[in-house]
Amino acid sequence: MLTNILTKEDTHKQLFTMGHTGCSGCAQSMAVKLIMEVLGKNTIATSATGCLEVFSTKFPESSWNIPWIHSLFENSAAVASGIEAALQITGKKEGVTVLSQAGDGGTADIGLQALSGMFERGHDVLYVCYDNGAYMNTGYQRSGLTPYDSFTTTSPSGKISFGNNRPKKYMPEIAMAHKIPYTAVASTGYPIDLQKKVKKTLSIKGPKYLQIDVPCVPGWKYEPRYSVKIAQLAVQSGLYPLFEAEYGKVVSVKKISKRVPVEEYLKLQGRFKHLFKNEAGKAEIEKIQKIADENIEQFGLL
Amino acid sequence: MKKVLEGSMAISDSIRMAEPKVISAYPITPQTHIVEHLSQMVADGDLKAEYVMVESEHSAASVVLGASACGVRTYTATAAQGLLYMEEVIYNIAGMRLPVVLTVANRAVSAPISIWNDMQDSMALRDSGAIQLVAENNQEAYDMHIQAYKIAENPNVMLPVMVCVDGFVLTHTFEVVETIDHIEKVREYLPPLNMEYTLDINNPFSFGTVGEPSVYIETRFRLSNAINNSKSVIVDAANDYREMFGKYEGALIDPYKMDDADTVIVAMGSVLGTIKDVVDELRESGKKIGVLKIRSFRPFPADEITDALKNIKNAIIIEKAVSLGKGGILSCEIRDALYQHRINSVNVNGYIMGLGGRDITPKNIYDLIIKAEKQEDVDGEFYGLNNELLNKVF
Repeated sequence: MLTNILTKEDTHKQLFTMGHTGCSGCAQSMAVKLIMEVLGKNTIATSATGCLEVFSTKFPESSWNIPWIHSLFENSAAVASGIEAALQITGKKEGVTVLSQAGDGGTADIGLQALSGMFERGHDVLYVCYDNGAYMNTGYQRSGLTPYDSFTTTSPSGKISFGNNRPKKYMPEIAMAHKIPYTAVASTGYPIDLQKKVKKTLSIKGPKYLQIDVPCVPGWKYEPRYSVKIAQLAVQSGLYPLFEAEYGKVVSVKKISKRVPVEEYLKLQGRFKHLFKNEAGKAEIEKIQKIADENIEQFGLL
Repeated sequence: MKKVLEGSMAISDSIRMAEPKVISAYPITPQTHIVEHLSQMVADGDLKAEYVMVESEHSAASVVLGASACGVRTYTATAAQGLLYMEEVIYNIAGMRLPVVLTVANRAVSAPISIWNDMQDSMALRDSGAIQLVAENNQEAYDMHIQAYKIAENPNVMLPVMVCVDGFVLTHTFEVVETIDHIEKVREYLPPLNMEYTLDINNPFSFGTVGEPSVYIETRFRLSNAINNSKSVIVDAANDYREMFGKYEGALIDPYKMDDADTVIVAMGSVLGTIKDVVDELRESGKKIGVLKIRSFRPFPADEITDALKNIKNAIIIEKAVSLGKGGILSCEIRDALYQHRINSVNVNGYIMGLGGRDITPKNIYDLIIKAEKQEDVDGEFYGLNNELLNKVF
């Protein structure tokens, strides 16, 4: 039975409101809503240049009912560091969350240096990486977090290519290597788990890194109704392990409840459709299955 | 109190008096002594600020951007490659109308790499929307930083102010500097920063939103107006400072021995000291020669410069920067100012010299004066080249 149907008025009262121009089925906007429900109004947020910034703040409109700032592509973590420093020195930090946000490119590629600096200096900031596996805002170009064999517009599949020929950079491990108090990986396929992790960050001082798998309808090329399902299949196949780590050590994992072969995950997405054309593609799918198997073993997901 | 201070010490001491709450910097020669002194002040509790030791200039500028958006006073300093690396953020700070103050310890840009002084670095940011003031000596560097906050934080300005100080020539040289004894007087001159819009959980605003074609050009127009209109604020800041502290080094420009002058040397920064020595000597021998110091490069005081130069015969413009593919920068802008006012009676002689720390000597200046009297209109000529090096393969 549905008990929580929101009215238009209710959604306008939310901290991240309706009316933005995100695509139908956008998992990133779902993640932002879930996060803001937990963090509450005593939050100051930064956003890197990217989809979220563009679709939520088309002047003079803004979906943010909290103080929010966008500066540039690569400096979300540094701007958040400055905000945190200003709050600390003026005695206004207590009870206020500084949330720093970026996509996978803004985090793992162009923003990695600023992020590493923020971790190393120990700022009390929650950093969220919305991982949709490519530069979606500019038209689906490859990033360091693009998964193996994915089609992107700069790593297209072709007569002699299966798309992106490099494995996904393992960004959570880079965060963990900084021995920060808390690193977690979550998914929009599991909102309760996601919100539990966000809630945990509220009780931890220091840098926190949260990476969230956010399927992208136009970039991954699937029907909008599959956003949640695809995110779940990523977890259930072992391709997107969800876990928590403290000071560089894994402390909990979300077990796979119903294991599926990676094929189930891949076949729903246009970005992998070139793998289903011939025998050579089949061999590639086996390689992807191996990546999932290794994840399952490494994190003890079964 | 009169003290013998290294330029960097003078600057850090005046920053201490301005009481910024967040300082962030990344080390680069010749800026280092400034931020080292500030770090020590924070470590000793003499300055109550967060000193954020970042991993790059890009982040240094981003940290002060974030802090400034929270409504606190901020400071950063850099030079050369560091400033070029910051450039993207400086444009952003200006566009967001945040009153950040930064020191540029002017240094040549790479390649070839050179740690020595010229002004090619700050000149590269001339279109950024940041106000650019240039100090002549350590005393002015001290005074100018306090004025910089006053200008930046004026509600009609709200722009970053870049204080340009010649690397090594000023930053690493000891001079007598008269410092302010009582911080209360500085607080009176420079009241606490009070911004209309800040990142405040009780009054949420969105900063740095998307500007569609329907709104973008108006925001740039308003930015352009803000920096143009800051001229009067710069003048007021200098006058108020004189009234309160008895020091005045000019406002937008500062004429020196220009009454009745036929020939005037125009320059910015520490080279003015050498030029003034030469002019003093020549004046004694009866030569009608003067000096025009440009103190504010942005906003560019075109009207004031034209007014100062309109009745002279020869203008000699000495600049330590070059616009590659064009020539002189300052000389080009002065020509433009004179043209705008339809003044074509002045021979403008623009020289590019002193790049990468090459000394500009009194002998060079005498030579330029003789040349100026003999010829007409030199535009952005490189002066003092060693011809032997020009055909050598490196």
